[in-house]
Amino acid sequence: MTIHRIEVRPSQDAGDPRGAAACQSARTASLDAQPRIVLCSAVYLIEGDLDDAEIGRVANELLSHPVTEQAVVGAADRRADSLVEVHPQPGVMDPEAEAVELGVRSLLGRDVTVRTGRRFDVTGLDQSQARTFAERCLANTLIHEVHESPYHPSEFTSGHGRDVEVRTVPLRELDDAALTKLSREAHLFLSLDEMQAMQEAYRRMDRDPREIELETLAQTWSEHCVHKTLKARVEYHGPLPGDRDRVGHEFIGDDVVRIDNLLGSTIAAATKQLMNDGIDWCLSVFVDNAGIIAFDDEHAVCFKVETHNHPSALEPYGGAATGIGGCIRDIIGTGLAARPIAASDIFCVGHLDTWAPDTDRPVPTGCLHPRRILSQVVAGVRDYGNRMGIPTVNGTVWFDDDYVGNPLVYCGCVGVMPRDRIAGDPQPGDLIVAMGGRTGRDGIHGATFSSAELTDTHVDEFSHAVQIGNPVTEKKVLDAIMEARDAEEGCLYNSITDCGAGGFSSAVGEMGEELGAVVQLEAAPLKYEGLTPTEVWISEAQERMVMAVSSDRLDRLQSICDAHDVELCVLGTFGTPGRELILNWHDTEVGRLPMALLHDGLPDRVRIARWEPKPVSAPERTGDRPPITAALERLLAHPNIASKQCIIEQYDHEVQGRSVIRPQVGPFGNGPSDAAVLLPVPDSTRGLAMGNGLATGLRDDPWLMAVAALDECVRNLVCVGADPERIAVLDNFCWPGCDDERRMGELVRAAEGCRDAAIAYRTPFISGKDSLNNQFTTDDGRTIRIPSTLLISGFGIVPDIARCTTMDAKRDGSLLLLVGDTTTSMGGSHFAELFPFDGIDLGLPSVDLEAGPKTARAVASAIASGAVLSAHDCSEGGMLVAAAEMAFSGGLGLSVELDAVHEDPLVAAFSETPGRYMLEVSPDHRDDVERHLDGIPCRLVGRFNGSGTLTTADGTASIDALRAAWSGTIGW
Amino acid sequence: MTPRALIITTTGINCDRELAEAFGLAGADPVSMHLNQLIEQPACIDEFDLIGLPGGFSYGDAVAAGRIASQVMRSGIYDALQRALQRGVPMIAPCNGFQIAVQVGLLPGPADEAPAFVEPPQPTVALADNDSARFIDRWVRIEIPVGTRCVWTKGLEMEAGTDLLPIAHGEGRFVASPEEFARLEQTGCIAVRYASDDNPNGSLGDVAGICDRSGLVFGLMPHPERYTRWTSHPIWTRLDAGSMKIDPPGLRMFRNAVDHVRAHASSSTACDVR
Repeated sequence: MTIHRIEVRPSQDAGDPRGAAACQSARTASLDAQPRIVLCSAVYLIEGDLDDAEIGRVANELLSHPVTEQAVVGAADRRADSLVEVHPQPGVMDPEAEAVELGVRSLLGRDVTVRTGRRFDVTGLDQSQARTFAERCLANTLIHEVHESPYHPSEFTSGHGRDVEVRTVPLRELDDAALTKLSREAHLFLSLDEMQAMQEAYRRMDRDPREIELETLAQTWSEHCVHKTLKARVEYHGPLPGDRDRVGHEFIGDDVVRIDNLLGSTIAAATKQLMNDGIDWCLSVFVDNAGIIAFDDEHAVCFKVETHNHPSALEPYGGAATGIGGCIRDIIGTGLAARPIAASDIFCVGHLDTWAPDTDRPVPTGCLHPRRILSQVVAGVRDYGNRMGIPTVNGTVWFDDDYVGNPLVYCGCVGVMPRDRIAGDPQPGDLIVAMGGRTGRDGIHGATFSSAELTDTHVDEFSHAVQIGNPVTEKKVLDAIMEARDAEEGCLYNSITDCGAGGFSSAVGEMGEELGAVVQLEAAPLKYEGLTPTEVWISEAQERMVMAVSSDRLDRLQSICDAHDVELCVLGTFGTPGRELILNWHDTEVGRLPMALLHDGLPDRVRIARWEPKPVSAPERTGDRPPITAALERLLAHPNIASKQCIIEQYDHEVQGRSVIRPQVGPFGNGPSDAAVLLPVPDSTRGLAMGNGLATGLRDDPWLMAVAALDECVRNLVCVGADPERIAVLDNFCWPGCDDERRMGELVRAAEGCRDAAIAYRTPFISGKDSLNNQFTTDDGRTIRIPSTLLISGFGIVPDIARCTTMDAKRDGSLLLLVGDTTTSMGGSHFAELFPFDGIDLGLPSVDLEAGPKTARAVASAIASGAVLSAHDCSEGGMLVAAAEMAFSGGLGLSVELDAVHEDPLVAAFSETPGRYMLEVSPDHRDDVERHLDGIPCRLVGRFNGSGTLTTADGTASIDALRAAWSGTIGW
Repeated sequence: MTPRALIITTTGINCDRELAEAFGLAGADPVSMHLNQLIEQPACIDEFDLIGLPGGFSYGDAVAAGRIASQVMRSGIYDALQRALQRGVPMIAPCNGFQIAVQVGLLPGPADEAPAFVEPPQPTVALADNDSARFIDRWVRIEIPVGTRCVWTKGLEMEAGTDLLPIAHGEGRFVASPEEFARLEQTGCIAVRYASDDNPNGSLGDVAGICDRSGLVFGLMPHPERYTRWTSHPIWTRLDAGSMKIDPPGLRMFRNAVDHVRAHASSSTACDVR
């Protein structure tokens, strides 16, 4: 069949913002030469039996707009020095194509096959420079092809059917070296003892595994799916703070303790202890795709935060998009499905300006530039979240050059559901129903890939692990599921989960754990021909959900799916006599595994962990004591502190109409809000706050880092009006690796910190996630390890949204109070990073686990009484940074008395002592607030005024200049 | 009477729930129906007194925002929409709805003296890429042009500080030929403008929304349905109690339309179809 080519470009005077943006993207890409003008056209390749008149109608009525665009059938003449085209590689998801096919069907009543691409006419670059520009800025060669002339193929490449051969792997006879080799070469990424356990199991079964069984075991046993490191038995050598009354801990020496199931004995144990001690609002913890708490008598809310680091390192746009897409699916797959109402995003990347070619710091081979990574992960989250109609309302970005090989992408999602829909189980005989996207070869080995260390060759080796999402498919799936969940006759399915890492293999394997399952793999609708049964089974193609459906409800479910143009298939049934997983391809059995082996066969391993306190280091460089005002400007411009407006405004944080406190506040719409508040139930006055804490600066003591992160998360939530008695939190560990005993020691310390803080603040952990292999080996053999990073995400109930506060200063003449003590320890602070000079105390600060929770409650009660005009947590950059943010966000001046805080003005201004709050209070409410604080240290540190300046004893700066310093760092 | 409002959803539409809620708060009884169902039973449309085309990313905004959805509507429910126009049904189309409405041919519609369109016309205005080529979400200040015909915005008094609407789009730059723009301006068909120093996307004449010659069909890039409670105002924690006594401007637009339907219900027989 003929392939027709149509190009659409902006008409002469309509402007070409996409071309201009492409041109702009070259500015920061370190190219030898810069394009002067880039013109962008859309390219459509349409395979179908259409005559000239029909193609003309498609070009003029469907693909172009008469007012602003012009269409050319074929290829327009070259309009510049050079030309490049970017097209998706065959088999890569092309979401636009499917919609164009629908449009042609609607216009002409004809079925066609469509592929899309983009053409760029480039002025100012020769052809080879244009290719480099395209490869650096316009395409990712992992998923795109770059052509140097108009691309007009004579046929589309497509898959072909293949004969299926059931391959048996001779596992039983392998020696240890061969087992290790098999694990690596087949991309199983299992350790030797795990391979041996598998071998032992097959020796007992008296046969060798078939390929699909090996893959299933590798997926199910992967770190990604089973969290084996966090659930391991650990022997920890090192000090532990606090009490020794710890469940699952056996103290054998002064500084040696055996911990049985690290997660179970720390984070989960804290939750259990709190639930035994009066917390009755946790409805589901650690067992489902997200943790669930009560919202009111009728509704529950759930929260999940995922990481999608490795895919985002290779293809940041697709990696981040499918990261948020997967996390949204987790929420849809929680209980009997929750409706997603808000998303969060936290990214950790290398500094944007320190990596450049032709310097002593080129970006390592196999890594993308941090600027490209950040702009593309933002675009990925933006396009997926916005299209799904889920407001992205909370997040942050943290910069450290050790993230250059392993950027971290944390995606979170909150959902709301009726309380009678929070749990479901498959019943014997239920049909296994898959719905949503089709299965392709995309995303194969994502689960095991995430358990591997990245190297410079991973780009080539794991390109198939990269997925491209299609949010519109997921939105349709959501619409259909909500209708099925709320059907008049009751929920139309008994259980639901998402297809994430491991694909059907994980989803069906987990749902069928207690019952067993028979699967007909050929029943899955495919994107293209030629997939093997194993590929169908482990593909991580996006936008798929798996349900257990009683056969008498299938017709009703089918009709709902039809109404939403959602594809549904029956993959098999739950329930086998011997609790087995049986995999068939037409009439052939291709795999059979006992569920017991899959879920309980993983060998227990004792891990040794060591930690010792690091001596307080002296500053590496020395400098002079900086003047306060100059230091303040530098700190405000620090990327961790600086405005993220450029990112925030790309996200729709208003969709659904439920946003009460947004990520940016104040009369100029750019004040950095501490947390977001949503209205999950429209006719209620009850709100839900959503925030996070990250204290990577304190990583020299992971216990402290964990405690400080949780403290910061609580403070952020309290500042907008959340009730500290109703906050639940999530842990997200991203570690460089845990094979090293010291890294494992750091993990233990951090987990113990989570436990101690959760108990002290009475904030139960309800869900979590870990990604424990984030180190990058460069082509010259260096290993770049990320800083051990622990994100604490939290959400909390706001009893009455009328009491919400924001951080922007409100009133000329009001007072600024600092709640909590300030200490000299400035280790890990941003000030210490920027101004290392003799005499600075580089000891780490401490968190007072008695004072912290007490202060949170006192501040919350002051806010709830209505006596507080604005509240801001005092964290990155210290008190003066927080005070300046409040002043310029509210458009007010401020005079600050540093000596009211500490005798050393630098400590007073820039110490990052945890546990502190800044409150704006009118003079006549000061006594009220102090009554609520009931003896907790509270100092009057400043007065807001109309001067337009921030004044300290050290000098004066205009708030416009401070705002400009803060606004100028991050943008593209 | 309680007017019935039809919310037309389809693949990728995602502001249908808040649009329905806004109609509900304004006193109408909202019902959401999928475009697929309306194509099968276009006569359903005849039973409604108000119509909303919600925002979102219909069909992923493939090709251009609203393009595929408008094609599907042109071939599937154009006649039914024309019947609703003739019955005098107020319609609102925020954001993606606006992008769809101009490509379906509902907006700006025929000139005063011209006959009604029988077939879907070629679009005469466009909502092109923002001049920044980037999706933008923020609140912008707006103005209601004096003398607008728009039933939804007519007589809406805006006070400084609350004269805002939220925008969230990547393709909202209003483009029209000089002649078409002059006609819309001279005949009171500009329904809402961005404040001239707060035009977020490079729209011609700061146009944020337009209406047809009847004043009943209202398309706009901002989202009035996201401004129906005071806690939606971006800095509501700073507003004094006095300014929050009346309804927020977004809700007042919906009330205008519902009131219009109520006022005309007695003299109209159109609703008797039910």
